[in-house]
Amino acid sequence: MTAPSPGTGSPAAGPAGPDSPGLDAHLVVERGAFRLDVRLTAAPGEVLALLGPNGSGKTTALRALAGLTPLTGGRVRLDGASLEDAPPEERPVGVVFQDYLLFPHLTALDNVAFGPRCQGVPRARARALAAGWLDRMGLADRAGAKPRRLSGGQAQRVALARALATEPRLLLLDEPLAALDARTRLEVRAALRRHLADFDAVAVLVTHDPLDAMVLADRVVVVEGGRAVQDGTPADIARHPRTDYVARLVGLNLYQGRAEGRTVRLDGGAAVTADGDLTGPAFVAFPPAAVTVHRERPTASSARNLWRCEVAGLEAQGDRIRLDLTGELPLAADLTAEAAAELRLHPGAAVWATVKAAQVRAYPA
Amino acid sequence: MTIRSVRRRTVRLAGGGAAALLALTACGSSGPSASSAASAGKPSGTVTVFAAASLKEGFTALGRTFEAAHPGTRVVFDFGGSDTLAASITSGAPADVFAAASPRTMQTVTDAKDAAGTPVTFVRNRLEIATPPGNPRGIRGLADLAAPGLKVALCAAEVPCGAAARKALDAAGVRLTPVSYEQDVRSALTKVELKEVDASVVYRTDVRAASGRVDGVEFPESSRAVNDYPVVLLKNAPNAGAAREFVALVTSPEGAKVLTGAGFLAP
Amino acid sequence: MTSRTPSDAAARPGRGGPRRPDARRLRRGVPPALLLPALLGLAFLVLPLVGLLVRAPWSDLPRQLADPQVWQALRLSLTTATAATAVVLVLGVPLAWLLARTEFPGRRLLRALVTLPLVLPPVVGGVALLLALGRNGIAGRWLDSAFGITLPFTTAGVVVAEAFVAMPFLVISVEGTLRAADPRFEEAAATLGASRLTAFRRVTLPLIAPGVAAGAVLAWARALGEFGATITFAGNFPGRTQTMPLAVYLALQDDPEAAVTLSLVLLAVSVTVLAALRDRWTAAA
Repeated sequence: MTAPSPGTGSPAAGPAGPDSPGLDAHLVVERGAFRLDVRLTAAPGEVLALLGPNGSGKTTALRALAGLTPLTGGRVRLDGASLEDAPPEERPVGVVFQDYLLFPHLTALDNVAFGPRCQGVPRARARALAAGWLDRMGLADRAGAKPRRLSGGQAQRVALARALATEPRLLLLDEPLAALDARTRLEVRAALRRHLADFDAVAVLVTHDPLDAMVLADRVVVVEGGRAVQDGTPADIARHPRTDYVARLVGLNLYQGRAEGRTVRLDGGAAVTADGDLTGPAFVAFPPAAVTVHRERPTASSARNLWRCEVAGLEAQGDRIRLDLTGELPLAADLTAEAAAELRLHPGAAVWATVKAAQVRAYPA
Repeated sequence: MTIRSVRRRTVRLAGGGAAALLALTACGSSGPSASSAASAGKPSGTVTVFAAASLKEGFTALGRTFEAAHPGTRVVFDFGGSDTLAASITSGAPADVFAAASPRTMQTVTDAKDAAGTPVTFVRNRLEIATPPGNPRGIRGLADLAAPGLKVALCAAEVPCGAAARKALDAAGVRLTPVSYEQDVRSALTKVELKEVDASVVYRTDVRAASGRVDGVEFPESSRAVNDYPVVLLKNAPNAGAAREFVALVTSPEGAKVLTGAGFLAP
Repeated sequence: MTSRTPSDAAARPGRGGPRRPDARRLRRGVPPALLLPALLGLAFLVLPLVGLLVRAPWSDLPRQLADPQVWQALRLSLTTATAATAVVLVLGVPLAWLLARTEFPGRRLLRALVTLPLVLPPVVGGVALLLALGRNGIAGRWLDSAFGITLPFTTAGVVVAEAFVAMPFLVISVEGTLRAADPRFEEAAATLGASRLTAFRRVTLPLIAPGVAAGAVLAWARALGEFGATITFAGNFPGRTQTMPLAVYLALQDDPEAAVTLSLVLLAVSVTVLAALRDRWTAAA
């Protein structure tokens, strides 16, 4: 086990063909000096994250998929059908907007029932459907509440229910966690992950937060300046960042396992000690800069996390060297160029890696 | 006061004939500059005249005559419904001269003691039927107006042309229901010009002013509802001197000639 | 770029957030620089009303009010103003939507045209209506020959004239509300399968309801006081086209005291109606 594999669907092997199920899009949007030009493919059940800084064009890409921003070129194929000329209301696409955009004059139930009603489902049936979705989201008791009476987390779940109630073949999520405070975020992220795992069609989420992308997505497309600069599994991207931006942004060692107290036992067998108590399925994460590398087994180190590894690769990134380590625990480590030289590191070298527990974060999965 | 009484005599003298007036004003114009003219008793400055709307064509012409005869003067008109103008005057509007379309409206001004002297009737107006050009419905008299399906606009009874029309209709023994009681004679005429109605009862002068756009049909009962037009100098006239000269022009034979040319009858 | 920052999002409606209690606003003082002109403005508006009240022939009032023509004119005014407001709502709200939510060449010009009845003297507006919808008007001729409909001198003509002058009030008010409303709610509705019409009906309209109501009140008030376009286009006939302002104007010609009385009746009724509506809305909000 070298990479976290959230979701049930395994990462797609290759791009979807013209008639194969899933998403096959080439999005070109030109606006003034800005040009978005990205290719996105995803198989049903796959969760794709568009990761990039503000202004990179990722939200434009999402709006183009929804039909809210017209394409100036390219195509959108979903399950073999061309969508680029269809208006938003005719696309089998559901959207969870960043600030949810729940209709303030309608109750949570009527918000969720809105989509089915527009599809011609009779009122009573639409409301029953909506009640079912709210129940699945654990919000059965909030059905009658207007959006302004909902907490941020509740509103997010209502927005998700509303988007899913139309049974879309493509679910789009725009910064689904950005409007939440840090505490709510953890819970909502875990819940969202479960719902995305249950979702059998393509999901594309847009985020500027690498942790969200890596926890929620099967595959990450990093977008910079309107172009896709890297495309791969979260683990790939974390360990082999192709640009300095990606390295800084995505530089994160992320693992999945079961937490018992402060120790998280990973699916691959290794154990990681984290900074807080937790029980049940969990993620643990720490930045590459938190890793200390030794040629000899350290004896005096107070670090609780000590793993035996082998150097698989070295890559210079600005003033730092990023190490790709394999072994007991595959991980990325950042060193200064001086430290790397002093340690006489080369591919195949045996090393010990340590991380202080205080720098390891654990999240419920 | 001496200057005024002298001037009044001059006016009477001038009133004897347009030629005399013109000769007099011609003399005046060759005199000292306009600014000093006021104190010297020569007309100058702006004369503000409130006049019934039906006087527009005639008075505008007279205003030009006046300005030509008295360089340095300007005649400014406010043409409107007589009642509206009377209400403005009694509310303190700064006017020099008031020319009304009926003695009744003039009376509101004299009752309010806003007139200087006694109003003089300078012209009379009688009614005519106005029809679209060519008189497509073949209207020959008041009785024809009661024909079924004919759309007629009358002035409202509250305004002079309406009161006169009612008098004439009563005299003719004609009962008719118009489609509208218009607020003034102009709007009654406009409805004919736009062919929204088939006929309206308006003043002869209005028909004359709109010649080409409407045709006039005379009717004998109009003699039973003749309107007198009184004119008066106002007590609070800001420019009483020049205003007096203007009233003199209006009541002179020269004035009468211009006004009868516009369709009015001499008093 | 279309991406929005979280602070953007926080300012939008639809999310819970702490509300500042109203009492706090009340406790803060009013700066004299605002209070003084405000009071002057109020006096400016109220003084003419005081003039009417002071000069009203109170002793003669019962006799004046016994005149059935007063009530006839009042009833006509209320029904035509209400009908005109309905016309303005049906035509004006979609027009406001078009102006606020779509892009097409000449939109600026169209917006200027919409406000035309505001700057046009109402009498000129009435003449323009005659030229358009009169018996010989460019569209009226056709209405007459095809359907036998003539609008001038009819109660329907009064409604047309009032709607013409009142329309800009509604359109401007609704367009402003639409521009302030987040258009992304319509986008959200579209992604849920709503056509633009459905999105407008089920999402936009409820969201802009306060602006529509405010515009409708303005339009109603303007229609109620309409004089120039009405008398020019629809003429003046008691019971059919003589609304209160027309009755007031004609009364002014020979009985100014009656005009004051009629004005007071119109004023009292409109103030009562507007106050009642306002209370209902504030109670509902």
